[in-house]
Amino acid sequence: MPDDALSPILETLPDTRKRLKEMREILLANAVMFGEIPAPTFAEAARARFLMDRFTEGGCLSASTDEVGNAVGIVPGTKSGSGCILLAAHLDTPFAKSVDHTVTVQKNGLAGAGILDNALGVAVIASLPIILEKLGIEFEHDLLLMGSTRSLGSGDIEGMRFFLNNNKLPIEAGVIVEGATLGRLSYASLGMSRGVVNCRIPHGYDFSRFGAAGAVAILNRVISGILNIRTPKEPVTQIILGSVEGGTSFNTIAKSGTLRYEIRSEQSGLVGDINRQIESLLGEIRSSSGVTLRLDEVARRHNGGLTYTDPLVSTCRAVMEVLNVDTIVAPTTGELAALIENNIPGVTLGMTYGENRHMQDELVAIDPIFTGLAQLLAVLQAIDKGICHDEA
Amino acid sequence: MTKLESWIQHNTFHHSQFYDQLELLKQKEKTGLTISLCIPTLNEEATIGKEIVIFRSELMERYPLIDEIAVIDSGSTDKTLEVASSFGADTYFAGDILPSQGHKRGKGENLWKAIHQLKGDIICYVDADIKNIHPRFCYGLVAPLLYRPEMHYVKAFYDRPLAFSQGVRPSGGGRVTEILVRPLFSLFFPELTGLVQPLSGEYAVRREVLERLPFPIGYGVETSHIMDVYRQWGLEAFGQTDLDQRVHRNQETLSLGKMSFGILQSFLGRLKLMGMEGDLPEMTNTLRQFIAKDQQYEQICHEIVEEERPPMIDIPEYREKMGYDG
Repeated sequence: MPDDALSPILETLPDTRKRLKEMREILLANAVMFGEIPAPTFAEAARARFLMDRFTEGGCLSASTDEVGNAVGIVPGTKSGSGCILLAAHLDTPFAKSVDHTVTVQKNGLAGAGILDNALGVAVIASLPIILEKLGIEFEHDLLLMGSTRSLGSGDIEGMRFFLNNNKLPIEAGVIVEGATLGRLSYASLGMSRGVVNCRIPHGYDFSRFGAAGAVAILNRVISGILNIRTPKEPVTQIILGSVEGGTSFNTIAKSGTLRYEIRSEQSGLVGDINRQIESLLGEIRSSSGVTLRLDEVARRHNGGLTYTDPLVSTCRAVMEVLNVDTIVAPTTGELAALIENNIPGVTLGMTYGENRHMQDELVAIDPIFTGLAQLLAVLQAIDKGICHDEA
Repeated sequence: MTKLESWIQHNTFHHSQFYDQLELLKQKEKTGLTISLCIPTLNEEATIGKEIVIFRSELMERYPLIDEIAVIDSGSTDKTLEVASSFGADTYFAGDILPSQGHKRGKGENLWKAIHQLKGDIICYVDADIKNIHPRFCYGLVAPLLYRPEMHYVKAFYDRPLAFSQGVRPSGGGRVTEILVRPLFSLFFPELTGLVQPLSGEYAVRREVLERLPFPIGYGVETSHIMDVYRQWGLEAFGQTDLDQRVHRNQETLSLGKMSFGILQSFLGRLKLMGMEGDLPEMTNTLRQFIAKDQQYEQICHEIVEEERPPMIDIPEYREKMGYDG
């Protein structure tokens, strides 16, 4: 994108941020109301329905949900039909329905389970139609707003994948909105695999044989084996042992157990290699112990994405610079990975600063949200003006 | 069908009936009525911000159902007024309203002074300690008054869980109602037992009714309102709306005892006015409670006087403001 096209957008940023502050209650009310609707992965229907209501109230066209529960609405552009810009936030949270979802509003912050990840992101999407109307901002492209389902854990960004696999509308580019952190700039996806190892002691298991042990001890062997797998420091590669569960009491040998892990790597193909090593490890333990060991891969991402010098990425950096926001370049395993798999250029942006992520007292700072929103609007305007075509 | 059954069937609503805000807005315009939302407060900085944000966004900006939001405060020592004001509410110290009438501490005092301070033809009172605040806490109460001109006083009821450390209990609350008020109503005013939560702090009332009601300034304000409205306008003046769940602070049993004492004073006072008191002895204002620690039993005496404000329509400044003497 030529500088002379970006300059007018950058010049209006301070004023845009100021005017956005005048719409504070609209955004905060949405954040509170979305935050108080529980939405664990695979159970996002109530949140999706509320988002649909907001789309309808905001005058969006074709407000609808699809087979996997995504909520979608279109803000029509002045040259409607020429293509769309996708703006999405995931609807689900890692918190069970039984967790207290009350959000508290303080003078400078919002607090509550899931307010940061990602009630605030969804609130931004929900508020956008009314914000655009009040600011008098129009796009040439259609703006495709979306609350996506099944993002986290074993959800495997299934909502976004389903949408992109079945959508007929031409998508120019996508922006994924996350509550935190302001300055975040994700434009590439990490290779990633999430696996669940299930260990089960078969009926009639011979505990007198050499080396016989319960499921917990077997999982311990699996963990030791995984820790012995060599991973390069550069490109960064990591195996995260996320959780271990098994057994029922002090004095009963565990009959079953589960290990959850995630492999992530910047190096293409390495995640698959490590997974194969884990498969071999399980085969070896299975044959020597006689227990049932099963590996299920529940989520997978591929390496890829834009480059640091891509015009979309450069534009995001320029916008952040004008707003005095420090850029934090970080790869993603979120919805952007699905865009990358479908060769759609895109970035993930954070809206504000927060604390206690994924704890029940997640905290969101209010004032920086308006910087985050101004940033988002500028990036969308730049995309609308053709930023994604210039490199080609 | 008895009168009470008929009343329950026709005058009990669920907030979801009024979900269509655009429709409600059209109805408001048709009636030409204005609506004020009043939130009485005393040290509510933890919850007041959220209430103001939600009500302003949903019921003023998005759908302008309410014409003003006012916080009437009894003298908070925390940041209640600062927080409320920062989110755009009009804030008042009750003592600054009608200064010639003096200042008394109590929620009823705030509700009474709101009649003078606020402009609306309908005033909707909402407590400030609701953790799960939602626009339904206002529109669910106001809507019946917009659709039913014969209705004057709409009360909230809910499945009211008590918030506690392990999350939210699915039922409970309303202990004073079930132990004190409902038995009293059952004995003396059986028709009023149709009100599911007579003590709920959320209700919407027409000005012409509010200004004619005396206001106990303490715990008895809701009970005496119900008795006074019933006496002057009959059962048909009441409506009630199911607002589903309400999550709020739990109160200790000893506090409920004090509340019950105040309510009982108001109730018996009303009985006397209505010539129904029978052979009651002179009433004391002293409530005695006990605190036990090991083998020591300490008696705590509380002086609880249910002071009462006269109907607002009798106050000269109010008559002048409303142009009643011109």
